[in-house]
Amino acid sequence: MSYFIDRRANAKHKSAVNRQRFLDRYRTHIKRSVEEAVNRRSITDMQHGEKVSIPTRDISEPVFQHGQGGHRSIVSPGNREFDEGDRLRRPSGGGGGGDGSGEGGASNQGEGMDEFAFSLTRDEFLDFVFDGLELPHLERKQLMDLEEVKPVRSGITRDGVPSRINIVRSMREAQARRIAMRAPIRRALRESMDALAEEERKDPVLRNPSRIQELKAEIERLEKRLESVPFIDTYDLRYNNLVNQPTPSNKAVMFCVMDVSGSMTQSHKDIAKRFFLLLYLFLERNYEKVELVFVRHHTAAKEVDEEEFFYSRETGGTIVSSALTLVDEIISDRYPPADWNLYVAQASDGDNWDDDSTTCREVLSKSLMQKLAYFTYVEITPHAHQALWEEYEAVEADFPSRFAMRQIVEPGDIYPVFRELFRKVEA
Amino acid sequence: MTRQTPIATGSDWNFEVLAEFEREIARLADEYRLDTYPNQIEVITSEQMMDAYASVGMPVGYHHWSFGKQFLSVEQAYRRGQMGLAYELVINSDPCIAYLMEENTLMMQVLVMAHACYGHNSFFKGNYLFRAWTDASSIIDYLVFARKYVAECEERYGVAAVEQLLDACHALQNYGVDRYKRPSPISAEEEALRQAEREEYLQAQVNTLWRTIPLSGQGLEAITEDDGDDPLGLHQAGRYPPEPQENLLYFIEKNAPLLAPWQREIVRIVRKLAQYFYPQRQTQVMNEGWATFWHYTLMHRMFDEGLVDEGLILEFLQSHTAVVHQQPFDSPYYNGINPYALGFAMFTDIRRICESPTDEDREWFPDIAGSNWLDTLHFAMRNFKDESFIQQFLSPKVIRDLKLFNVIDDDQDEMLTVAAIHDERGYRRLREALSVQYALSVREPNIQIYAADIRGDRSLTLRHVQDRRRPLAKSVYPVMRHLHQLWGFTVRLESIEDDEVARRYQWPLPNEGGQE
Repeated sequence: MSYFIDRRANAKHKSAVNRQRFLDRYRTHIKRSVEEAVNRRSITDMQHGEKVSIPTRDISEPVFQHGQGGHRSIVSPGNREFDEGDRLRRPSGGGGGGDGSGEGGASNQGEGMDEFAFSLTRDEFLDFVFDGLELPHLERKQLMDLEEVKPVRSGITRDGVPSRINIVRSMREAQARRIAMRAPIRRALRESMDALAEEERKDPVLRNPSRIQELKAEIERLEKRLESVPFIDTYDLRYNNLVNQPTPSNKAVMFCVMDVSGSMTQSHKDIAKRFFLLLYLFLERNYEKVELVFVRHHTAAKEVDEEEFFYSRETGGTIVSSALTLVDEIISDRYPPADWNLYVAQASDGDNWDDDSTTCREVLSKSLMQKLAYFTYVEITPHAHQALWEEYEAVEADFPSRFAMRQIVEPGDIYPVFRELFRKVEA
Repeated sequence: MTRQTPIATGSDWNFEVLAEFEREIARLADEYRLDTYPNQIEVITSEQMMDAYASVGMPVGYHHWSFGKQFLSVEQAYRRGQMGLAYELVINSDPCIAYLMEENTLMMQVLVMAHACYGHNSFFKGNYLFRAWTDASSIIDYLVFARKYVAECEERYGVAAVEQLLDACHALQNYGVDRYKRPSPISAEEEALRQAEREEYLQAQVNTLWRTIPLSGQGLEAITEDDGDDPLGLHQAGRYPPEPQENLLYFIEKNAPLLAPWQREIVRIVRKLAQYFYPQRQTQVMNEGWATFWHYTLMHRMFDEGLVDEGLILEFLQSHTAVVHQQPFDSPYYNGINPYALGFAMFTDIRRICESPTDEDREWFPDIAGSNWLDTLHFAMRNFKDESFIQQFLSPKVIRDLKLFNVIDDDQDEMLTVAAIHDERGYRRLREALSVQYALSVREPNIQIYAADIRGDRSLTLRHVQDRRRPLAKSVYPVMRHLHQLWGFTVRLESIEDDEVARRYQWPLPNEGGQE
C-alpha cells in the first residue's frame, strides 16, 4: 500500500521561475533598497548577497476582509485574571488583544508586519547594483592565442585513449563487422550442408564416401571459422574525438592609479578603494579575465601589490605624470592593446606639481588615450579644482566617449558617481 | 504482549528502516481502522521542501510571482532559524503524497509517517467535506494540465497579460467556491479533451446573453432615453442573475462580457483550485487534531510493543509537546489559537469522555459518554467541519484546560467586555463563540453578486451583507479594481446593514471625489 521514492536527486530550484518573477515585478523597489545598501556598507563585502525589504503594503495580495469596527467577539486562550462582566480598556494600536479569528498560517502573513524582507543572492545583488550600467567600448578582442584553447567534441575517430571509447559506436561497428564477415562463411556453410544433405539422400550405392568426407570436413572447417570471428576487434573500436579549438579571448586589465602623497589621507584612500572595487566587480562581470595592476605615485611612480597600494604610507610631493608614464610603459611591455581591453581608473585629491599637469595632458593625449578603452578619473576633494582638473577637462573634450571624470566629496557619492560614469548610453 | 527489540536506535535512518517502521505503523493503523489512500512517501532535500512550501504543497503548479514571494519568505524564515521546516507536508491526492526531509532524524521520519501518512491521509479519505468537494485521484493530473495551459497562454499572450489575469483571479479566489452544491469532479483528461469545446460553447453562451445590448455608445443612449416609455417591457425583465450568486469567479467565467476564451479557462483553473483547497480551510483544527492524535497514539503503541526505544520516545515527546503547546493570549509569541493544540485536546478528550466519563460528561454528552471511543472518534472525523465539530464536541474540560475566554469588542462601546470565561455559565457561550469564530461564513465577508445590468451600462453590482456591523477593510478597493479588470465595466459594491445600503463602493472611482 505504501512506497518510498527518493527524490533527492531531482532538480531543486523548482521555484526559481517564480522567484525571478517576483524580483522582476518589484524591480524598482529592490533597486532602491540595493542602492541604499551599496552606500551603507563597505564595498569590501560586495561579495555577499543582500537583505532587501519591501513595504508589505506594496506587495500584498488584496482579498475581501473585515475591517476594524463593528461588533466582534474574540475567543482567546490563557485567561488568568478576567471574570465575566469585566470591562477592559481597549488596547491601543487596534486589535492588539488578539486577532484570534483562527487565521490559518497560509495567507495573511503580512498582517502587522510592515516590511517584507528577503535575501538576494550575490549574483542577483550585483545584477541590481550594475543594472542599467554599461561598459563603454567593450570589445571582444579576437585572437588566436595558443594558450586559449578549449577542447571540443568533434566526431569519432579510430584511435584514441581508452577513456574516450564510444561504446555504442564501437558495438555497432563490431556488429556490422560480424555480420559482414560471417555472411560469406554462412553462405558457404549452407551450400555445403545442402550438398551433404543431397549426398546423403542418395541411394547408399550411389553415395560417394570421399565426397561426404570432404563435405563434412568442409563444414567443420567453416563452423570453426564462423566461431573464430571475434565478437569485438580492435578494428571496431571508436573513440570520441576532441580537437582543441582556439577561443576568442575576452580579457581586460584594470590599472588602478592613486596618489599616495602626504595630502591623501586614509579616508581619501578608502573612498578610492571603494571606487576601484566597484569598478573591478563591474569589469569582472563583463570579462572572463580581469587583471589588476596597481600603480601608486607621489613624486615617482611604482607598481605595487594590493596591500601596499592601499595601506602603506608615503609622504612628499606629487607628480601625476610619473604614474601615467609608468602605465604607458607597462602597457607596452606586457599588455599589447590588440589583445587586451585596457582600463585606467585614477584617484587623486587633485594636487599636482605646478608644471606637471600639462605634461599629464600630453602623455594622455599623445600616447595613452589611443590605447585605452576607458579612462576614469575621480577627484576626491571638497575643495576647488586645481590645474590637473582643468587639463583633464581639455582631454575629456578631445576624447568625450572614452574619458570621464567626476568629483567625489564623501563616501555617499561613490555609487552615484560610479553609476553616472557608466550609465548606459541610450542609442 | 511480548516486548520486541527496537527496529532501530539512534537518529540515523535508511530506507530499509523506514520501510519497516512504515509496515508496523500500517499494521497498527489498521487495528484502529484508519482507512487511507495508498501512500507515496517522497524523501526530499530541505531546498525541495522550501519549493514545496512555496507552492502551497502542490507538487506542480503554474508560475506566478506570488509563489516566488512565498518562497522568499519561507527561505528567509528558514535561514534565520525562525522556522523549523516541514514538520510535515502532505497532499490530498490518491496516492497520498507525503514528504520526508532528508535532514530529519529517524524519530522525525517516523513521526511524520504516523502523522501525515496515516493521520492526514485517513482524514482526507474519510471526512465528508473532502469526499464531497475534492477528487483526490485527479488533482495531480489537473495540476499538470493547469500548469501546461498557463504556460501555453504565457507563450501566446505574454507573461504580463497572464500575470495580470492571475492577480485578479487570486484576489477573488476565496469567492470562487460553490459553498452549497457539490462541484463536478475535475479530471485532467476530460479537461483537455473538452477544453476546446468548452471555449466555443462558453463564448457562445456569453454572446447570447449580451446580444440584447447595442454595442455602440449611440444605441446605448437611445435606450436609456427611452426609459420612461418602454412599451415592450424590455426593462422590467427582472434582475440578472435572478438569484444572488455566491461564486464570484464562476459568474465571471460564465458571464463576463469581454473575456477571451483562454482567459475564461484561466479563471476556471483558479476557481477549481480554490475549490480543491476549500475543505482544508474549513477543517484545520480537525485535520491537525486528528493527525496529531494518531501520531501520539501510534507512537505510544510502538513504544509499548518495544518497537521504539526510550531515546526515541523521549525525543518524540519533546517534539510533540512543542507542537501542541498553546501560548496564552498575552504572550509575545501568541499567534491565535493553535489548531494542533485545540484539535489534539478535543480528540483526546472525546476518547476520555468515552472511556472514563465523569458526571459532567454524562450531562453534557449523554450520547457518547461511555460509548466505544474508536467508533465515536471516527464518527466525529467523518461528519464534521471545524465549526460544527467545536459546536458538538468542545467539552467544559477542554475549555477549562485552555482557559478560554470571550471578549466582546464593539465599536459603539468604549470598553471591551469579557462576555464569558471558563465557568459554568460560560461554557455554552464560549462553545458557541468559538464555533462561530471558525465558521468561514463569519470569517470572510459575505459578498455575493447581486445584479449585472445586462440591459443598461453593463455594470456589475455586488452586495455585502454586513455581519454584526463589521465593515470591509480598505483592501476592498484593490479587490474591486481586480474585479473591474475581469468584468470590463463599472463594478459597484453595496454594503448592507439591516436591509439598508449603508455604504457604496465603486470602481472606477466616481469622478466627483468622495467615496459615497
